[in-house]
Amino acid sequence: MTGLFHRNLFSLRSALVPAIAAAIVLCMLPETAQAVSAGLARSDIQVPAWDQVLRVLSLRDYNTRVVVLGTMLLGLAAGLVGSFMLLHKQSLLGDALSHATLPGIGLAFIFGAMAGGSGKSLAWMLIGAVVTGTLGIGFILLVMHYSRLKQDTALGIVLSVFFGAGVAILGIIQKMQTGHAAGLESFIYGKTASMRSQDAWLIAITAAIVAVGCVALLKEFLLICFDQGFARAQGWPVVWMEIVLMTMVTAVTVVGLQAVGLILIVALLIIPPAAARFWTNRLVPMLLISAGIGACSSAVGAGISAVVPNLPSGAMIVIVAAVLFLVSMVFAPARGVLIRSIERVQLNRRISHQHLLRAMYEHAELASGEAGPAAHNAPVPFQKLLRARSWSAKELRRALRAAESEGLLERRGDRAYVLTEQGLADAARLTRNHRLWELYLIHFADVAPSHVDRDAEEVEHILGHDMVEHLERLLPEEARTDRPGKVPASPHLPVADDFANGEGVVRGVSQ
Amino acid sequence: MNWALLDTWIVLAGALCAMSCALLGNFLVLRKMSMMGDAISHAVLPGLAIAFLLTGSRASLPMFIGAALVGVLTAVFTEWVRSFGHVEESASMGVVFTALFAAGLVLIVRAADHVDLDPGCVLYGAIEMTPLDVVSVMGRWVPRAVITLSIVLLVNVAFVALFYKELKISSFDPGLATTLGISSRVMHYLLMTFVAITTVASFEAVGSILVVAMLIVPGAAAHLLTDRMGYMLILSMIIGAASAVLGHIAAVVVPGWFGYSDTNTAGMMAVMVGLFFGVVLLFAPRHGILSKVGHQAALRLRIAREDILGLLYRQEEVYGTSSAASIDFGRLRLATGTGPLLGRLALLDLKRRGDVLTAGPGYTVTEKGRHGARDLVRSHRLWESYLHESLGLDPDHVHSSADRIEHYTAESMRKEIASSLKETERDPHGEEIPGGGKNE
Repeated sequence: MTGLFHRNLFSLRSALVPAIAAAIVLCMLPETAQAVSAGLARSDIQVPAWDQVLRVLSLRDYNTRVVVLGTMLLGLAAGLVGSFMLLHKQSLLGDALSHATLPGIGLAFIFGAMAGGSGKSLAWMLIGAVVTGTLGIGFILLVMHYSRLKQDTALGIVLSVFFGAGVAILGIIQKMQTGHAAGLESFIYGKTASMRSQDAWLIAITAAIVAVGCVALLKEFLLICFDQGFARAQGWPVVWMEIVLMTMVTAVTVVGLQAVGLILIVALLIIPPAAARFWTNRLVPMLLISAGIGACSSAVGAGISAVVPNLPSGAMIVIVAAVLFLVSMVFAPARGVLIRSIERVQLNRRISHQHLLRAMYEHAELASGEAGPAAHNAPVPFQKLLRARSWSAKELRRALRAAESEGLLERRGDRAYVLTEQGLADAARLTRNHRLWELYLIHFADVAPSHVDRDAEEVEHILGHDMVEHLERLLPEEARTDRPGKVPASPHLPVADDFANGEGVVRGVSQ
Repeated sequence: MNWALLDTWIVLAGALCAMSCALLGNFLVLRKMSMMGDAISHAVLPGLAIAFLLTGSRASLPMFIGAALVGVLTAVFTEWVRSFGHVEESASMGVVFTALFAAGLVLIVRAADHVDLDPGCVLYGAIEMTPLDVVSVMGRWVPRAVITLSIVLLVNVAFVALFYKELKISSFDPGLATTLGISSRVMHYLLMTFVAITTVASFEAVGSILVVAMLIVPGAAAHLLTDRMGYMLILSMIIGAASAVLGHIAAVVVPGWFGYSDTNTAGMMAVMVGLFFGVVLLFAPRHGILSKVGHQAALRLRIAREDILGLLYRQEEVYGTSSAASIDFGRLRLATGTGPLLGRLALLDLKRRGDVLTAGPGYTVTEKGRHGARDLVRSHRLWESYLHESLGLDPDHVHSSADRIEHYTAESMRKEIASSLKETERDPHGEEIPGGGKNE
């Protein structure tokens, strides 16, 4: 446990190094200071008038209403299907899929133009997007299942090659005589602000289908996300369920292309579920939270960009979602970083507290020269305690202070400590748990007496009352002690009076 | 098409970019981090924008530094979200790069009020424009992009050459690398730094989409072609360079077939490397789909052939070498459990080899076929005896295992089994094990 904590601290430190280096380099750039102020002055954001904010908030404008409601529904649908993708460990599939739609859009435009229209028929372009998107997924599955390449490579290949093809096709369109390709760019970056009611209706219908599909197939999706082997063994049509899920992802991606563009729809598929995951460990709440975060960030993002001129709404939606993600990651009560590090610190404190008491007890035991509660309670110097374990002086001091304030030890003279009555009882109980587990390992797991200490250390802190009773029943007569206070002899500690210089005479229980 | 100096420069820029990306991309593919290239190339957008807002100019160096820093930060942030948030790696990558990309878009739109900084240009690049931006080198005019990309390629080659062993070990076995004193974390961030530098240096010239394609696809194709790291690096660079050349030609030529003028070169280069990959995926000698399917089909054909021979041989054991031993096609199929097509093919093959003869309505085995069939049946019955005697399986449970393993048993194996058995005359069902005395 402590090791884990240290490792994490270490990784934090080593990860900070590049960040700090980046900051330093940035500061060393010439004229950074003036440039910052100049840059900020240049990028002034017009503060909107209050009545304009109010207009947006109350959705009074028809246009705003369409945009906010449309993106909200899109965020909701993406949050729902994205959750399954996240649990399925296929978050980036949406990325490859959305890039793979571009050639379809371009081809549909060309065919539309050749057929004589302006080429910009939305329905045809969406169909084109679905066709090449599906092709892309098919190719990913082909590469994953029929070659030695892994999922990430398959995704990357499809993403870049299909998008490259799309760019090449757009290049052709730009030089075509008929029609002009101005509208096609919006599929890449989105054109939220100019969303029309028919787009919003399309999104609404898709969102409704997705929501109904998720509710109806909840159990099935749960099964294929968490345990495909079990699902297959139970006779579920796993492949078909995967196809249904992929279809829903494709539908959300394609209708989202129009709204937020093919790069940012990926964000709506990934960020809300990842944020929701911090709040709960259960599927249904996660779905609801994810849909909520998706809808909320879409509405807020679209709202901000409606209020403040010259902020692209697709990007604002993603930024709001990212902020919500950050907040969730730090503060969420179920799996947030803050709560987990607090728990870890508390656990570490408890562990060093228990280690301290046991070290005191073992010292007293050795000093008294026999097992069992020490007859006389000699003060233990700080340095001796420090040598007893591989803990830092700081750690030990903190544990000592905490124990002192709980009335478990008393300070005697210059940095020497003795256990109080209460402390002795606690220490005896902890030592007893430790040794019971050691004895258990020796008797039932055939571990050598010299090797049990480490294993017991990992378990002693989480031994419950029931487990201790169970151990008492299991262990042989010599080791068992009926009086809870009586501590069995250590199977590996020396009898000598100084445990730093002791020879390590093994006084094991009868073998 | 008329090849001009212009085309040479374009192709050279593309090929240089392709080779530098492909070289590093091999390690991304091997480390299962292919999407990192995509993430970094999207995420550098805010770096560009911030550098622009800070300096107020489109000068290359600040832009370069800003973008490269944000590129490295993408890797750092992804690692943070993964380790502190316990978010699965691909999802954390997705969160980080989309958020950064969105931030970059907002910044660029803000900046675009003042000067033209087109996100489209970042995505597709303007490789067609590279020959226009030239610098003088030793009295000759050389496109700036060619110079930059040559330097990047040299730096990348130096990096890989210098850290070849470390990169190789930490890509295949991070645990081993750590025990050997090579920090896989340091290697990871070093690699990410070079990927970021390459990405940034390349996409001004060729656009980020080509960078992503060239990072992943040549490495993936080379991985299917060879099992040796050195060859893989070289092959990937050749594939990258070749698709740059062919991509440019295709960009000029292909649209002409459909009556359009030329198209985006970077996009076409990506398509070309994709085609390369498709060809490799199908036809690679060992890891290609066709070779795998071919091996499987050949194996199935051999098993069907052997099953038919074995059946005919057993029929002869019961009825002797008379016409009564002949079996017609329907019963052959039924008894050996082969499909109609596979059964036909196997019989044709057997007749071609002279192992079976058509006899009346059915087939019988020839002397040559009998010889092979005897070995097969001997393998089968030896295995049955072995499974019964040495593993203690019931006689009525040994058939199916023996039926499968008989096809993979060579003469030396038969000898070894026979020498370990007490009973070599009859199998557990009481049938005679053929060829016992004669073969020894």
